[in-house]
Amino acid sequence: MDFDLSEEQRLLKESIDGLLTDAYDFDARKKYMKEKGGWSKAVWGKLAEQGLLGLPFAETDGGFGAGAVETMIVMEALGKALVVEPYLATVVIAGGFLRHGGSAEQKAKYIPGIIDGSQTFGFAQLEKNSRYDLFDVVTTAKKKGDGWVIDGEKFVVLNGENADVLIVTARTKGGQRDKSGIGVFLVPADVKGVTKKGYPTQDGLHAADITFTNVEVGADAVIGDGENGLALIERVADEARIALCAEAVGAMDESLKETVEYIKTRKQFGVAIGSFQSLQHRAADMFVALEQARSMSMFATMASDFDDAKERSSAVAAAKVQVGKSLKFVGQQSIQLHGGIGMTMEAKIGHYFKRLTMIENTLGDTDYHLRRVSEGGGLLA
Amino acid sequence: MDLAFTKEEIAFREEVRDFFKNNVPPDTRRKLQEGRHLSKDEMVTWWRILNKKGWGTTHWPKEYGGTGWTSVQHYIFNEELQSYPAPQPLAFGVSMVGPVIYTFGNEKQKKEYLPRIANVDDWWCQGFSEPGSGSDLASLKTKAERRGDKWIINGQKTWTTLAQHADMIFCLCRTDPAAKKQMGISFIVFSMKSKGVTVRPIQTIDGGHEVNEVFFDDVEVPYENLIGEENKGWDYAKFLLGNERTGIARVGVSKERLRRIRALASKVEAGGRAIIEDPAFREKLTACEIELKALELTQLRVVADEGKHGKGKPNPASSVLKIKGSEIQQTTTELLMEVIGPFAAPYDEHGDAGSNESMDWTAQIAPSYFNNRKVSIYGGSNEIQRNIISKAVLGL
Repeated sequence: MDFDLSEEQRLLKESIDGLLTDAYDFDARKKYMKEKGGWSKAVWGKLAEQGLLGLPFAETDGGFGAGAVETMIVMEALGKALVVEPYLATVVIAGGFLRHGGSAEQKAKYIPGIIDGSQTFGFAQLEKNSRYDLFDVVTTAKKKGDGWVIDGEKFVVLNGENADVLIVTARTKGGQRDKSGIGVFLVPADVKGVTKKGYPTQDGLHAADITFTNVEVGADAVIGDGENGLALIERVADEARIALCAEAVGAMDESLKETVEYIKTRKQFGVAIGSFQSLQHRAADMFVALEQARSMSMFATMASDFDDAKERSSAVAAAKVQVGKSLKFVGQQSIQLHGGIGMTMEAKIGHYFKRLTMIENTLGDTDYHLRRVSEGGGLLA
Repeated sequence: MDLAFTKEEIAFREEVRDFFKNNVPPDTRRKLQEGRHLSKDEMVTWWRILNKKGWGTTHWPKEYGGTGWTSVQHYIFNEELQSYPAPQPLAFGVSMVGPVIYTFGNEKQKKEYLPRIANVDDWWCQGFSEPGSGSDLASLKTKAERRGDKWIINGQKTWTTLAQHADMIFCLCRTDPAAKKQMGISFIVFSMKSKGVTVRPIQTIDGGHEVNEVFFDDVEVPYENLIGEENKGWDYAKFLLGNERTGIARVGVSKERLRRIRALASKVEAGGRAIIEDPAFREKLTACEIELKALELTQLRVVADEGKHGKGKPNPASSVLKIKGSEIQQTTTELLMEVIGPFAAPYDEHGDAGSNESMDWTAQIAPSYFNNRKVSIYGGSNEIQRNIISKAVLGL
């Protein structure tokens, strides 16, 4: 039982916090969002230079062999700075698929490009009617010769517009909601038949709706056997949820700090509004919500290494429930305590609220995960 | 960062669990599970079993009979104790006055009181709150005047828990009426059998008798019963309340109750199926389990922090434990009310103290729900905890 960071982890935290303090204030962020594709190649290059894009990969694949705690540290820092670069889509999600499911050839082909920052990825999973069920897939992948032909529509693919490579879930057998017969495919974004409609998201990121029409890929495109991909998809989705929990903790932490700072300085009736007890108690409740979320973010981080997939999923779902509840409260009350200024695009606080809100609706919301834990027999069992 | 318990800690948990299994009187356990009150004899019997094992005053320094355990071991012990469940050591003696005496008392006081606290030869109660001094405790008015080698004490205390069983009281008394309110208070201990002490029961909304009013009418107390220095009592009280808060999350208590709710909800039927089959109920129960898991980890973070940086100043984050811990305890009693539904109604006037053996499990559910409203009020109300967080943590 030890909640402290190791010496190396502490250094990692200092290094990423330092990098973002220098390169990522609110004005800089606005500039990055206006660059082509909606994020900064220069920042991405710096993350690569510091080795942050290679953290979770095995040393034999050119990475640093870091674990879940290191990813938590990075995601928390990215949350604090409201980073818009595609770390989640590329390093956590695509990296996760390659690490846990990729063949030696696939690893050799794609991992170096992630680590050196030359390639980014998108995860094409969401469909019109799938909502948060990862097994609900109608996009098809049919055998053709040695390779595959992919047809279907995917939505809100984060970094989808800019990604060099897409990771696509597709049905190779069975019906829409069958748990078997799902494959995972690596599809270069520039192959024939891939049509992208890109757009900014509410929180300042970029996504795309992507149509696959007779998209032909080789036999080497499939991760795994093409039929039993769900366990891998669930594992990687859990890692993405864990990362999102940590990002939310970072964003809530900063959101509370900004709010406390604001009510200490904003004066009405001749005094700082933070001297009013109703506001003090609200801020105290925000602190309680944040600490409960932080505890569950740590719990989920530790759960990523559980051998039992059911236990892991239940822990991660529970964390997403707590974080979801906390982020809603902290996000909303941050706006409330800022008053009118909190409603403006020009104040930073609203941008935390928007990012937090989108995290809630990514890879399963509070109700969705509560139902999952509940149907699995609860958390104490 | 490693949230897993070590092999040694897991073995320790087994040892503790085995001890409870073999030593807690079954009747005592059953009554606790059913939310009933225990008799004085039942409690004292168990505490003496604990003390004989050397586990009566686990967190005291070794020289006074403590165990020298790590903070994680203390955590495990408390959680197992609460979730078995077995009665917790009498807080007023073991967790409150004991540490004040071994920290601020003189050698004679340590020798005289500590062993008797450990073995519950004296049952202690707490004389802090007064009718006019609740959250604003420092405004207390009970007076101790020095007359030669005696104190003469006059005034009234209230909410004095289990004073009906008490042999001794530790009491905050105003000894310097001229000083500013926190500065003129002393910490004095004396016998509840002293002439001029009157205990009057307060019946709480659950029908039970846990708390009392205590009146002092020219009570004579030897001067040497002052603990520490005169007029420094407020510092000792703050020290004592800091100790109280770290144990107040009561994770084990809520765990035990959640397990019980699951078991009962699998038996009780509504709409032709067990209540646990109702997704709406199950999700409420699950939501509470998740809150409790988060609290458990928050508590472990505070425990680990204590283990690293020493106990010293109480961690203000422990106010989170008080707020969340009490809310969760209250939610569990609400869920029990939902399970029992219309059968919550019958009231057994004589059900208090668990004397009526024929009473079935339903009888204490509504009283326990009513009774648990206290947990967000005592030990520094949740509003006071929010004041602490906003001042000590957020700097507001």
